[in-house]
Amino acid sequence: MAWFEDIELGTEVELGAHTFTAEDIKRFAARFDPQPFHLDEEAAKETHFGGLVASGWHTAAVWMKLMIAFRDNHAETEGKPAPDGRPMPRGGPSPGFLDLKWIKPVRAGDTINFRSTTVEKVDLRSRPYLGIVRNLNEGFNQDGELVFSFIGQGLIERREPFVPPED
Amino acid sequence: MIYWEDLAVGWSVTTPEKTVSREEIIDFAEEYDPQPFHLDEEAAKKSILGGLCASGWHIGSIAMRMVHDSFHVDAAALGSPGIAEMRWQKPLYVGDTVFITAEVTGTRESQSRPDMGITNWHWTMTNQRGQTVMTCDTVLLMGRRDTGAS
Repeated sequence: MAWFEDIELGTEVELGAHTFTAEDIKRFAARFDPQPFHLDEEAAKETHFGGLVASGWHTAAVWMKLMIAFRDNHAETEGKPAPDGRPMPRGGPSPGFLDLKWIKPVRAGDTINFRSTTVEKVDLRSRPYLGIVRNLNEGFNQDGELVFSFIGQGLIERREPFVPPED
Repeated sequence: MIYWEDLAVGWSVTTPEKTVSREEIIDFAEEYDPQPFHLDEEAAKKSILGGLCASGWHIGSIAMRMVHDSFHVDAAALGSPGIAEMRWQKPLYVGDTVFITAEVTGTRESQSRPDMGITNWHWTMTNQRGQTVMTCDTVLLMGRRDTGAS
């Protein structure tokens, strides 16, 4: 990953696509979300969804899987080094996410394309060697409909410590 | 069956405790979040998280299952349109024992779906040290007793 300082707002990346099979939907649901519309085709037909749909947590977990794969395939090895010799950031933990929306059902057989756009960078007075980067993440189905979105947050290392502007 | 009409602000449910194993943390991470601090003890110790711990999405999924088994299983739950915010406040380490309290923070009729009601919830996951691991503010659509939706 790039240093916090080098991340540009508005950068948009395609994370790739994932097809949700009925088998995968039911396997995830059996572990984490065994509601009838996630677990069983026949029972799902009787619900307001009218058929088997993926758990929203399954959709989110698949986003994470594609994000990690993207990161691993685009690891930044070049870049201006830190003056104190720290290695390039590898991506850090997240304090959580904002504004997650399950907009339309993800149905068995749907292929979801995910993309991520950098929308905000936040300086931290409390942690001068870290900043928060916020990304708008979106999932579109094979008909181009937006089905899933959220604002992700990552703690990203800075090349040089943040110096707050003088008040 | 618990319907939308049965809930009011302040209504809450507390789940039984669950202990999270090394195997389930690694199993989830291998499939969905293969970062070193979710996969490897030595790498995790050297990371900012300080030890092998669950993916945040695993925490959310575990929470879903715990609340499901204590609430959804007996409720006219019709799915969620989203989560306003989820905060991963402390790592969920191997062997930690957690429980969840889910409290109703809002309830209203659905304008677009008269057979449904909308409920807002605040979930808190607490570990055996009394620390808050995760909180979130989420929404659940529910069937109404008077319209017989389920």
